Order: sequence, then structure tokens, then C-alpha cells
Amino acid sequence: MDYEVNGQTIEADEEGYITNLGDWTPELGGVIAVAEEIEMDDERWEVVNFLRDYYDEYQIAPAVRVLIKALKKTMGPEKGNNKYMYELFPYGPAKQACKIAGLPKPTGCV
Amino acid sequence: MSTLHTVNKSPFATQALLSCLNHCKDGDAVLMIEDGVYGGVSGTGMASMVEDKMKSVTLYVLSPDLSARGIDAARLIDGIQGTDYAGFVELVAKHDRTQNWL
Amino acid sequence: MTTKKFLYVNRKAPYGTIYALESLEVVLIGAAFEQDVSVAFLDDGVFQLTKGQDTGEIGVKNFSPTFRALGDYDVTKLYVEAESLAERGLTKDDLQDIQYEDEDDDYAEKPSIIIVNRAEMADVMADQDVVLSF
Repeated sequence: MDYEVNGQTIEADEEGYITNLGDWTPELGGVIAVAEEIEMDDERWEVVNFLRDYYDEYQIAPAVRVLIKALKKTMGPEKGNNKYMYELFPYGPAKQACKIAGLPKPTGCV
Repeated sequence: MSTLHTVNKSPFATQALLSCLNHCKDGDAVLMIEDGVYGGVSGTGMASMVEDKMKSVTLYVLSPDLSARGIDAARLIDGIQGTDYAGFVELVAKHDRTQNWL
Repeated sequence: MTTKKFLYVNRKAPYGTIYALESLEVVLIGAAFEQDVSVAFLDDGVFQLTKGQDTGEIGVKNFSPTFRALGDYDVTKLYVEAESLAERGLTKDDLQDIQYEDEDDDYAEKPSIIIVNRAEMADVMADQDVVLSF
């Protein structure tokens, strides 16, 4: 399931996770979001950017509960909870947000 | 006539380096690759054995494998030379045969 | 459900074989079960924790930064055997500084690495319900 950005083809696996992390641009993130039927706004970008920063530092996409715990600490309890996350990414924050962020599927995420 | 020996196992995990050094002829070269590079570090329990052998054989480590493992070249036993992949090929070409100690 | 004590035992260097990476992945996945997890590093396993790893030229992923994420997964006890370090010419200073944030103590950062001697490591092992070896 590849993506098209500015006439360029970006390779992705059958679930839509891009193959090369280095291919990612915010523009591509937007294209993946459209495929996921997610309308990106500041709140969603906040999560996507957090995931990218986490991956940069630790070389893994965090598990959902780790993501939520970390957001609770940095952005407060009104954003660091399950309900808020699933409102933003109905099919699972780790799965959908990681895909949009251009990261591999989180370890232990089935 | 000389042989290039390669060792790719940690000297703390298997006898590969020990056996290799025990079978080297004067003038041979030993190239430590992959986990074998741990055998080139100074101040370890294996270092004195390696140092003894350096009077008669030339020792090399593959630098990319050293960097991967976070070992600074300054920590190598004096006289061990770092080489890159191109240098690896040159060593193979320079010697009459290559023997891998797995 | 009662909590069990799990110990992951690491005895292999990081890149020559796949054991170290596999162990780390199992630790991360297993953390979801919220058990009392410890990780032991002995023999060549201590090499996994060295700082300054750069795998750019060998074409494999450098997973050493991931050890610093273990605290987020409530894995906060990394036992490292002193004798194994010494035999390899290593000291604590050669290892990454790995910390966790203690939520019950205003997110104070505390060290995860615990240096133990061989006898103490044996005690850690004998104290577990489940031991997984890599």
C-alpha cells in the first residue's frame, strides 16, 4: 500500500506503515492521515510529533500506555488519558498515530 | 606463504580466538571482526595472551564493528591496527589463504 | 492476579547474534503484563549496555538507546555483574547512564543500573519465579 506525494511513490507495507523511516515528511504524514480518514489538527500533530521525538531518542515507538503516561506528564491529565487519545485516533493511538508519524508498528502491538 | 585468520566470536564466549592464536604461524595476520573485536581491547582478562602473540603475527580489527560496539580505537592494545571493509579485501588479497575461526 | 517475579538473563554481546535484540523486545512486550521485572547482565551481556555505540557502518539498528526507555515500561532494575565488567576491562563509567522517573517521588530520576557481585547475582536469580535466558 504505497503512498503518492508530489508525484513520488513512497513505499509502505500491506498495513500502510512506510518502509523507510527516512522517507517521512510532514506532508507525507498528511497523506497517510487522509488514507486513515483522520483529519489532522494541532492536537493530533502534537501526538504525532511526540511519537517522532520519542523514536528519535529511544529508537522505539512507545506502547499505548507508555504514550499516555508520558503525555499525562508533559501535557497534563486532560490530554494524558485513554479517552482523549481514542477520540483523536479511533482505531488506536499507537497504531494510527505511529503510522502517520512514519514509525514502525509499536513493539507488542498486535 | 602466509595466512589471514579471521575471528568473529567474543574471546570471553568461545575458544575461537585462543585456538586461532595457538595455530598461527609467524608472519600470519589475524583480523578480528564482529564480536571478535572484543579480543583487541586492552586491560581485559584476554589482553596478555593477545599481546604475547603480537611479536610474531600482525593483528587487525574491523573498525565498523568496533564503532558499533561503542569501543574507542584508543582502547585497543598498542599495535593493533584498525581497518575498513576495503582494507579487509586488501588483506584477503595479500595473503595466500584465508582461514575463518567461527 | 498475583504478581510474579520475572528475570531476563542476558549473556550475549549485542550485534554478533540476535539474542540481545530479541531479549529486549521480549522485555518490552512482557512489560504489558505488569509483573515484577528485573533484567540481569552478565558475561558478554554487559557489552549490551556500553555507551557510544554507533552501528552506522555495519547496517544494523543501534538498539542501545532503547535501554533508556525501559523505565517508561516500569522496568527499573538492571543488575550488572561486577566480575563480568572487570574481566572485560570495563567499569561502570563505560556503561550508559540509565535512569527511571519515580512517579511516587515527584518524578525524581533514579538510577536503574545496580552493580552486583557474582554471589549477589546468584541471590537475585534464586529469588525469581520465572527466569528467561538469552
